[in-house]
Amino acid sequence: MSVMSQDVKVVAPAATTGQALRLFAERRRSFWVVLSLLVLFTAWEIAGRVPISFAFPTFLDTLAAFFEMVADGSMIRAFFLTLQPLVLGVAISALLGIALGIVMGLSDRLEWLLAPVFIVLQAAPMAALVPLVTFVYGIGLVAKTLAVIMLALPVIVLNSYKAVRHVNPSLVDMCRSFQGTRRQQIFKIIIPDASPVLFAGLRLGVAAGFIGVMLAELLITPTGIGDLITYHRSVANYAHMYAAVTAIIAASTVTLALLQWFETNVMRPEKRRS
Amino acid sequence: MTVTALAADTFDPASVVTHDPVVRVEAICKHYGSTEALRNIDLQFERGKLTTLLGPSGCGKTTLLKIIAGLVPATSGQIVVNGRAVTGPGPERAFVFQDFALMPWATVLRNVGFGLELKGMAAAERNRIARRYIEEVGLQGFEDKYPHELSGGMRQRVGIARAFAVNADVLLLDEPFSAVDEQNRRKFQEDLLRLVEMERKTFIFVTHSIEEAVYVSDRIVLLSPRPGRVSNIIDPRIDRTANPDDIRRDPGYLDVVEEIWQGLRHYAE
Repeated sequence: MSVMSQDVKVVAPAATTGQALRLFAERRRSFWVVLSLLVLFTAWEIAGRVPISFAFPTFLDTLAAFFEMVADGSMIRAFFLTLQPLVLGVAISALLGIALGIVMGLSDRLEWLLAPVFIVLQAAPMAALVPLVTFVYGIGLVAKTLAVIMLALPVIVLNSYKAVRHVNPSLVDMCRSFQGTRRQQIFKIIIPDASPVLFAGLRLGVAAGFIGVMLAELLITPTGIGDLITYHRSVANYAHMYAAVTAIIAASTVTLALLQWFETNVMRPEKRRS
Repeated sequence: MTVTALAADTFDPASVVTHDPVVRVEAICKHYGSTEALRNIDLQFERGKLTTLLGPSGCGKTTLLKIIAGLVPATSGQIVVNGRAVTGPGPERAFVFQDFALMPWATVLRNVGFGLELKGMAAAERNRIARRYIEEVGLQGFEDKYPHELSGGMRQRVGIARAFAVNADVLLLDEPFSAVDEQNRRKFQEDLLRLVEMERKTFIFVTHSIEEAVYVSDRIVLLSPRPGRVSNIIDPRIDRTANPDDIRRDPGYLDVVEEIWQGLRHYAE
């Protein structure tokens, strides 16, 4: 069986480290990820040394500033403040958004009722609405959480709805033919089959949530990472400012990668085997 | 009304004898909007036999099968299974899908046991039954594989094992081998005959292949298109005790193939 033979991997003893590295590069995706980041950081370092602008620090300066901010506690405090509205907003958007998207996918009437609202919300330039939220809810946690929800919710709802609409009709028929109940149909067929697109929406939603929280911290009230960026810019501490910017980008990337890991390992185990 | 030569000369539905019908199709009509898909279908399917619905595309054979399965509602008429009129899917019928309809996120074992899982059977019990049918269709050793790791032919074996596992009286097969390559198709047809022999169930089989229909069927129902109607019923009476290669060369087998082709050829462009 050709399927069986793939399980047997012949590992030749590597004679030299060069060979071992080449073998590693051929097999492992992580090698290429590290290489890609190295290229990016090298380009950044060179651009900073040229320099392309007096306000553009080198990569190594930024890294040093980052460790300095971790050591003095300002980075950790900032993350603690930023993560509150972010986690709250993303959690609410994910639960509400997936639930709304699924019911819209299952019922034509709910789709007609709700879809236009979310299509308008998705098309609207949300940054312009953020000051409005401040007028109504002030400058506290509620306003910032709302900013996250405003950006994250529409994309999660619309993707979840599309995911449910694109479920393989043959699988639904299969479930019906074996007398599955509507509940079994939803939980055993529709949600698992929709999960790749559901998760794609969730990833876009989480990315939008990061945009929302940064907008809130830059436009509503300077706190957390947004405050670090604003403050260090105002005192021309560019390396520190870039360290804050890069930290939030890294946090966003890691979150999205974790979400992807969760999807392939928990929701769709078959994707682990290519 | 133009009647096909074959139908006018030889065919009278009332003259076809069916003993102990397990499924009765009574005056079924199906309209999709203004399109008439099926017109007044009356058929009986004999218990323990393999009956094929055969016809050119557009004759509504898959629609009729899905109406029998309870997956598609009929516009008028009724389906009677084991003496009871049915309106939806039921435990006495199991469906095998043209595109396999396997859950890509589930292993072969879970896919085969899925009908039992939906009925709320405990995992140990349903896995035991699933393993038995996985073995019966020749897939032992593949229990923990996912569908995308299997060939088209193996995937349809999973679909067939799943239908067997729920122990229905009637198996409804919708062009089960159309997505399988020719060599595997022949092997499949032989395996199907072996399973018919072993399982003593009623099979209703949809295909567009004349050779396949004649090779596997006890009875062939020919449907004509636009709207779908029963145009002829043929009992091939092939001696299936002979070896498969001899059957495919048997003059009786070839005559039936030819007869059906003559009846259908004017539908081909």
